[in-house]
Amino acid sequence: MQVNGKDIALEKSQTLEEFLKNNNYVVGRIVIELNGEIVSKEKYNTINLKDTDVMEVLTFVGGG
Amino acid sequence: MEDTLIIKGHKLNSRFILGSGKYSLELIKAAIESAGAEIVTLALRRANTKTEYNILDFIPKTVTLLPNTSGARTAEEAVRIARLSRELGCGDFVKIEVIKDTKFLLPDNYETIKATEILAKEGFVVMPYMYPDLNVARDLANAGAATIMPLAAPIGSNLGLLTKHFIKIIIDEIKLPVIVDAGIGSPAQACEIMQEGAAAVMINTAIATAKNINEMAAAFKMAIEAGRKAYLAGLGRVLDFKAEASSPMIDFLEDK
Repeated sequence: MQVNGKDIALEKSQTLEEFLKNNNYVVGRIVIELNGEIVSKEKYNTINLKDTDVMEVLTFVGGG
Repeated sequence: MEDTLIIKGHKLNSRFILGSGKYSLELIKAAIESAGAEIVTLALRRANTKTEYNILDFIPKTVTLLPNTSGARTAEEAVRIARLSRELGCGDFVKIEVIKDTKFLLPDNYETIKATEILAKEGFVVMPYMYPDLNVARDLANAGAATIMPLAAPIGSNLGLLTKHFIKIIIDEIKLPVIVDAGIGSPAQACEIMQEGAAAVMINTAIATAKNINEMAAAFKMAIEAGRKAYLAGLGRVLDFKAEASSPMIDFLEDK
């Protein structure tokens, strides 16, 4: 699948929640866009990631 | 005398909006405190798994967050960024910034109006950054903007009030708060435009590139307050090409 513009191999079937935890993302500080759609936090554990998914993991940074 | 800035029902005591770009994270908290800022802007970017701290850890909870849509080149992209930012759970404020011009980073007013209309309908508090054109300011007001944010000079330039006269026209004609954003390089310039009736100013680069960030934030705070006070007091009149003595001209040496 593609995460933040980079191709990565999905080694095993996992939920979005598991993926974020395995990759050390702080859930309270990020927003997810999966295949162009915003995913609300309540749905993280109900979504199974697929190899064809395109995901953006975004957060706030300094800006003017 | 109470003098609050009201942005779509939100009351603010500070007229200093602080940008958070170009600082190290540790300096942001102190800068916010020195500025007395109640609104701080942020940007949305790809998250890095290796980053230990997040900027939100350094911003006091009482501060209203104003995510910008920087990076957007079209109204559609600005809308996308605004929705994603709101999903982060930090409120409904958004500063619309649509920029196609990569050299001078001037905002695309047409796309900005389109994004303003869409986001205002979705309940956002829309604060559009714009090139100071009165007709565009009117369109933005009609589209549901909460404020108008005209630029003083190109972003990050510290060049000062290059568009001063056109900002004054907008202040005079538009009922919404006019917040001058981008290009202000010194406290004197911030004071000057506040004297002219700007509702607030936004400062980032002038502070982030100063030798002493904290002291410069404090200096801007004083200048913004001074300018506001002068505006409310009403500036004295100007005499062109003549003088008028400040001291009485009679009752001593001239008096015979």
